[in-house]
Amino acid sequence: MSTTDIATLRGVATDRQVEAAEQPAPPTPAEAPSWSNMRAPDARSQQSAAVSVTNGRRALKVFLSNPNALFGTGFLAFVILIALIAPVIYPGDPLSMVGRPFLWPGQNPAFPLGTDSLGRDVLAGIVHGARISLFVGLVATALSLTFGVVLGAVAGYFGGRIDDLLVRLIEIFQTPPSFVLLVVLVAIARPSATTVTLAIAIISWPTVARLTRAEFRAIREKDFVVAARSLGYGHRRIIFSEILPNALPPIIVTSSVMVATAILMESALSFMGLGDPNVVSWGSMIGTGRELVRTAWYLTALPGLAIVVTVLALNLIGDGLNDALNPRFSQEG
Amino acid sequence: MAPLLQVENLTIRFPRAEPVRNLSFEAGEGETLAIVGESGSGKSLTALALMRLLPRGAQIASGRIAFDGRDLIKLDARGMRHLRGRDIGMIFQEPMNSLNPVMTIGRQIGEVLRVHERLTGRAARARAIELLELVRIPAAEKRVDDYPHQLSGGMRQRVMIAMAVACKPKLLIADEPTTALDVTIQAQVLDLLDTLRCELRMAVVLITHDLGVVAQWADKVVVMYAGRKVEEALPGDLFDNPLHPYTRGLLAASPRLKNDFHYRDGALSEIPGSIVSAGGETGCPFRPRCAEARASCGHHMPPLTVPAPERLVACPFTVPVEAMPHAAAFSL
Repeated sequence: MSTTDIATLRGVATDRQVEAAEQPAPPTPAEAPSWSNMRAPDARSQQSAAVSVTNGRRALKVFLSNPNALFGTGFLAFVILIALIAPVIYPGDPLSMVGRPFLWPGQNPAFPLGTDSLGRDVLAGIVHGARISLFVGLVATALSLTFGVVLGAVAGYFGGRIDDLLVRLIEIFQTPPSFVLLVVLVAIARPSATTVTLAIAIISWPTVARLTRAEFRAIREKDFVVAARSLGYGHRRIIFSEILPNALPPIIVTSSVMVATAILMESALSFMGLGDPNVVSWGSMIGTGRELVRTAWYLTALPGLAIVVTVLALNLIGDGLNDALNPRFSQEG
Repeated sequence: MAPLLQVENLTIRFPRAEPVRNLSFEAGEGETLAIVGESGSGKSLTALALMRLLPRGAQIASGRIAFDGRDLIKLDARGMRHLRGRDIGMIFQEPMNSLNPVMTIGRQIGEVLRVHERLTGRAARARAIELLELVRIPAAEKRVDDYPHQLSGGMRQRVMIAMAVACKPKLLIADEPTTALDVTIQAQVLDLLDTLRCELRMAVVLITHDLGVVAQWADKVVVMYAGRKVEEALPGDLFDNPLHPYTRGLLAASPRLKNDFHYRDGALSEIPGSIVSAGGETGCPFRPRCAEARASCGHHMPPLTVPAPERLVACPFTVPVEAMPHAAAFSL
């Protein structure tokens, strides 16, 4: 190494600094075309993973090009619409007796889906049942998402003792069979739409919490989280605006399936007679029609069909979201 | 006036190791201090310690980090958060992973301004565009809505720099800012850092293992080995006349243009062995790999001595500067 070597380099550096000092306005980037197409050698591999998770518009495109997902969304929209306009198309209590009992579907044009053993309109029951099923499904999922995401995020992000404590709490809820716990909870409280919803939320938040915790544990080690800390962001900002958006895809996918599960659980409770006795729900319709399944099978089959198709629609949406948001399954990845 | 950043006897401890021991250095306003050393010498940990962002398990066992009249080690978490991003900026090695993949770069830059300067909406966006222009991103107004994956590695590093300097910090810590970039972009990024240093009067702590980078951009060099400072010098002196055997080895291991030697002509010289584990060693950490090691090297870590003005070296067996024939300190 010769002296001139360094001297030249330092000379160059000084000249350049003088230049920079002389013209405070940054020179227009003439170099733009020369480097904008250059990439670090590992750029490609690093990119593929990021692209598929991040690009919301692309995810939407994948979702909308999936016929199953579209069918699911369409049907769910239809059910929601029915639920919303139920009081308009069937004003009055769907539990009131309006006609002759045991009218089969199509027998009387006034009751297109027939009447049950007490002469109640089956179609009115199904339409009003959609309200309670969707209410329970959506509200229970929203509650357990809020609770599960917050607890899971805190546990996963902070780790250590807080994590231990929260994991134990989750395990307490996951140890008893969840449906048994649900029945116990509803039996203790007086069954009503609210208590059923709360009970379903209580048994389903641990799933969300575990999922969120796992995502947070993985993401908190990423460089951009360290970078966020180096920028002086507080814990709350890092959790909710830096990590959470990255952890969302699997949570969104799970939540669509959770709505379906909540609807099924509500139906199961109502079938067992643990639902709200004052409102009609698909499950309670099946429950009351159960004894007549040999003579009037349509009383169980029609509300059953409503449950099956709604849950199927939600599952299709879940699959579609999974394809769209999960990088491992996306084709363009 | 005391220098902006003054690190004294910094020791970082893991439960079973001390990867950085008794490290001292300082950097003045508008000055670039380079910390050089091979992988595992504790450079990055030092950088994280300056930000008080050490990984789990590691802690600052002793020492003092005086920054702008305050001791960062004694500062509480809130005060430290206030300082990070505003008075001290940091750039990381991997621009690929250092940006949040689900946020546009404009929002990410804006976030810094929202947190530290309470800018909102349009003002933050306008400033983000200004900052993108400052780091020479072409068509900044269009690029501001891009996601990180739409940018090349060099551009992402520029965005990182924009975020780090958004609040005009007094100190910028650059932890191997160009290691993940290819050579042409490396020069551009370093050039940008240097311009920003002049414009914003920042002190820069540049962590690197690239001696070429040191030669061109540093005002002062600290050579680290196994968590200890083994030599400190002005870059000119260091390259002309490396004193510590480790520094000499490092220099001998890098090819140079002006020299006749090219690696086509034969293998570059190398330092035998690999960096030893940092824990529980007495004596000079470089001893096992040192050609000039003597028995006494094993007894205690040689203290730093001052062989010449503005130089420090931790080896008693260096040839005195005056006695050394010029430019022949080592031959390739």
